[in-house]
Order: sequence, then C-alpha cells, then structure tokens
Amino acid sequence: MFGPGESSVIVECSAQTTCAVIHAILTSLILFFVLLTGFAYTTVLERRFLAFLQARIGPNRAGPYGLLQPVADGIKLIFKEDLTPARAKKVVFWMAPVIKVVPALLVMAVVPFGPDITVPWFDGKWYHMAQGLADVNVGVLWILGITSIGIYGIALAGWSSNNKYAMLGGLRASAQMISYELSMSLAIIVPVMLAGSLSMGEIIEAQNETPILGWFVFQNPMAAIIMGLALLAEVNRAPFDMPEAEQELTAGYHSEYSGMKFAMFYLAEYIGMIAMGGIAAALYFGGYHFIWVDKAPLLGPLVFGFKVFVLLVVMVWVRGTLPRIRYDRLMAFGWKVMIPLGLVAVVWSAFGVILQEEMSTAGYVALVVAVWVVFLVASDYWLRRVGRREEPKMVHERIEVVSLSGGRGASAIRTLDKVIGAPLARSGGSRGEKQDQEPEE
Amino acid sequence: MPSDFAPISALLILSVAVSLIIVFISRLLGPFHPTTRKLSPYESGMQPFGEAIRRIPVKFYRIAVLFILFDVEVIFFLPWAVVFRDFKLYGLAVMGVFFFVLMIGFVYEWKVGGLEWD
Repeated sequence: MFGPGESSVIVECSAQTTCAVIHAILTSLILFFVLLTGFAYTTVLERRFLAFLQARIGPNRAGPYGLLQPVADGIKLIFKEDLTPARAKKVVFWMAPVIKVVPALLVMAVVPFGPDITVPWFDGKWYHMAQGLADVNVGVLWILGITSIGIYGIALAGWSSNNKYAMLGGLRASAQMISYELSMSLAIIVPVMLAGSLSMGEIIEAQNETPILGWFVFQNPMAAIIMGLALLAEVNRAPFDMPEAEQELTAGYHSEYSGMKFAMFYLAEYIGMIAMGGIAAALYFGGYHFIWVDKAPLLGPLVFGFKVFVLLVVMVWVRGTLPRIRYDRLMAFGWKVMIPLGLVAVVWSAFGVILQEEMSTAGYVALVVAVWVVFLVASDYWLRRVGRREEPKMVHERIEVVSLSGGRGASAIRTLDKVIGAPLARSGGSRGEKQDQEPEE
Repeated sequence: MPSDFAPISALLILSVAVSLIIVFISRLLGPFHPTTRKLSPYESGMQPFGEAIRRIPVKFYRIAVLFILFDVEVIFFLPWAVVFRDFKLYGLAVMGVFFFVLMIGFVYEWKVGGLEWD
C-alpha cells in the first residue's frame, strides 16, 4: 500500500476546521447516498431472493436481471395521485413519514466503516481521518435513543390516518417495538461490558484482539441470537411483521398512504434493515475487521458492506422460511422468553469478565472447562432421561416412534420446544379458540 | 464532546431536507382529482362508520407502563457495564443486589398476570 513518505506532513483532520467541515459534508453525503442506493437494491434483493426461495422468477423485466426495477418503481410512485383522507389529522399525517425516515437514516452515523486512513490532498499534505461520520463516545446510547424515535413515526401514522386498520396496526407496532426494545437493550449491554466502552469504534477494535475468534458472537452467542431476534422485531420483519399482517389489517399503519409518502415507509423499513444489519455486524461480528483489513484500511468498508449484505440475505431467508406468529404469542415471547434470556446473557458475561480478571489464566481456563463439562454431562443425562420418558408415550403413533427414538438430537429439540413453549402455553390458555385478539372494544 | 456531534448535524439537515422534498413531490408532480369516495377511509369496501380514533384497550397502556419501568432499569445497567471491570467483585455484588430487586418486580409482575396479553 502507498503511504506518506518520511518527509511528508501529516495533518490530523479533526483538528483543522476546513478539513473537518469537508470531511463531515463528504461523509454524510456518501453515507446518505449509500443508504438510499442500498435501500433500492435491498428491495431488488428481497424480491429476487424471495422469488428464488418460492421457485418463481421475480422482477426481471426492467433492465438486465431486473436491476432497474427500483428506478421504475420510484418513477411510478412519484407520479401517483397523493391523497389525504378527509377525516385525517392533516399535519401529523404529512409529517409521520418524515419522523419515521429521519431516525432510520441517522442510526448509522455513529458506526465507523473502516480503520482510520491517511490520504494525500492537493496541497501536498497528508490528512489522517476516520472512515465514518462521527465515532461519538456515547454511540450505543445514540443508537438506543434514535431507534426509539422511529416508533413515533409509526404510532402517529396509524393514529392520524383515522382508519381502523391503520389505528390497530399503529398500536400493535408500537407495543411490539417497545417490548422488543428491552431485550435489544439487554443484548446491547453485553458488547459494552466486554469492550468496556460505549463508543462503537472501541467496541469494534476490542473484537480484533484475536482475529475472527475475538468477535463477540463467539464470546456470548446467546446475546447475539437475542440481538438478532430483537432486531428483526424492531424493524417489523417476518416472522414478527404483525403490524403489516395483510390478511388482518390490509397494510397496517400505512393503509391510507399513497404516492411517495407510501414509499417513504418502505424506505424507512429497508434502511432500518440495513442499519440493523450494520449494528449487529458492528456489535457482534467484528465490524469492519477481517483478515487483511489492518494492512489495507480501504478494504474496511467493503468487508463491512459484505457483512451487512450477508445479514440482509439472512433476513430475507427468514421471511421466506417462517410463518408469521400470532400477536399474543409474539408479546408473550418478547416478555417471557427474550427478557429473561437477555438478563441471563448479561449475568453470563458479567461473571465471565470478572472471573477472568480475578483468577489466573490457568485457573480460569480450568473453570471454563469444568463448567462446560458439567453442562454437557448434565444436559446429556437430562436429554437421555427425557428421551426415555417420552418414548412410551409415543407408542401408539407409529411414525413418530421411528423419528423420536433417535435419542439426544430429537430430545434436545423437544426440550427446547418445552422451554420456549412453557410460558407461551400458559399465556394462550385456550389455544385455537381465540383466533385473533383484536383490541376492538 | 459536543463538537463530536457536529458531523451528525450535517447528516440530520440533509435527511430532513430530502425527506421533506420526497413527502411533497407526489402532490406536486402527480395528478390530483379528489372525490368523496377517494377521500373516505378504506374499510375493505364497506361503508365506513364512526371515528377510528376511539378509546384504546387498556392492555396497550399496561405494556407502555411496564416498558417505562424496565427500560429505566435496563438503562441503569449501561453506566455499570462501562466501568464494572474497575470494581471487580464488589461491583458484581452491588449489581447483584440491584438485579435481585429487579427480579422480584419481574417475578411479581409475571405471577399476578401482568404479562398475559388477554
């Protein structure tokens, strides 16, 4: 890689006003257009990949492989008739899309996209600058706060439409998002504890102590899974897309929107997906770190973009695989499974970090090995017991016996099903009777 | 430092400006021929009746109240999470007390049925 020579002058960009202003304007423009382009092509990715999963072709007419489809959609939506319902609360109705979109665009501002770089400029000096808009020292708080503002957009859109479907969709969406925000916050605390900092840059750097294996997903996989589920619920993606359940609520909170105002809700949703992918990648998957990024800092944004792309594919895949879950179970899952597991994840990391510092390395390794051995032996014993106990019950169901006598694998799945299903079974006391708990009073 | 947030304000201004333009662009460029039918709320083709903005079921309020309680408690974890390495076992013990109190509330909430949806 090229770099500044011995004699060249290196200027710290943030210390010089002109450079800082140019850097801020350029980075925010780049981030803005990357997010908008990312939105356009995430829609294509979703439609093409979903079509592939469902053995269809998907949109392939506009441009090569359907790559111009977002342009066609955009032009169509711009020239649509933009109606405001007569009974709607006009000002709120017009402002709700803005309230929803702006936070989605702002969330990524605190995430760095690569290591610092040193670039030459026309005045012969070299400038040392960050790749990213602003790595503020309270980045995690910024993310928590800004994502919460998006909820106002949804709730206000549903309320101001003066439409029953929209009202119900808005209520459901806000209740769901605040419920899952708790488990998201708990899952965000774990990287903060492991890194000892609220800054996204420092959290990412802390994951590079050992390449790849130092990523926090390997230090606390449970918190990473909770984070993933909570983020899916937070952006209202399948299987948690209750606010937009077409069969029940037509389109949920944006039923009454048309034209570009309608498109803005999709804009916010897809940019939210990208932002959530970026946050998950930064907090748990090492951010921009991979093997060669330390030597070539310009690879950072590419690696980061690739990780976000993989997470987006996973989100679409989940949508293509899982059915939507019922609303009361959604809330029960959020409060009775996600929050306790999130608390357990926090305790796990707290004990891990403190014991690692208090004990000698050999003692700590011995303790970890001992805990894992006890865990594995106990779970093996438990699973075999469960397996034995379940078998006689299934005798009268011929087909089930064959698949269930397999032992630990099957009993592991059944135990998991029981653990997760127990609180849900309590909540749904009368399964099947109540089809849909509409808050119609 | 507050000056760290200066670059973010550039992005904020850009986002607000562009989203305001997008909101109004369809009204400016698209056709606009409103009729009574078009402006009535969509209720799957039925004749709309009554206001949609009416009393909200109490369970949504309950979720909101619970959220505020737990969100404040979760936010209390954050400053501790940044510095808990420095306090070692003492920090762990202190947070254990807080955690225990939090758990009492959570278990009580669960037992009295505050987390049931219907």
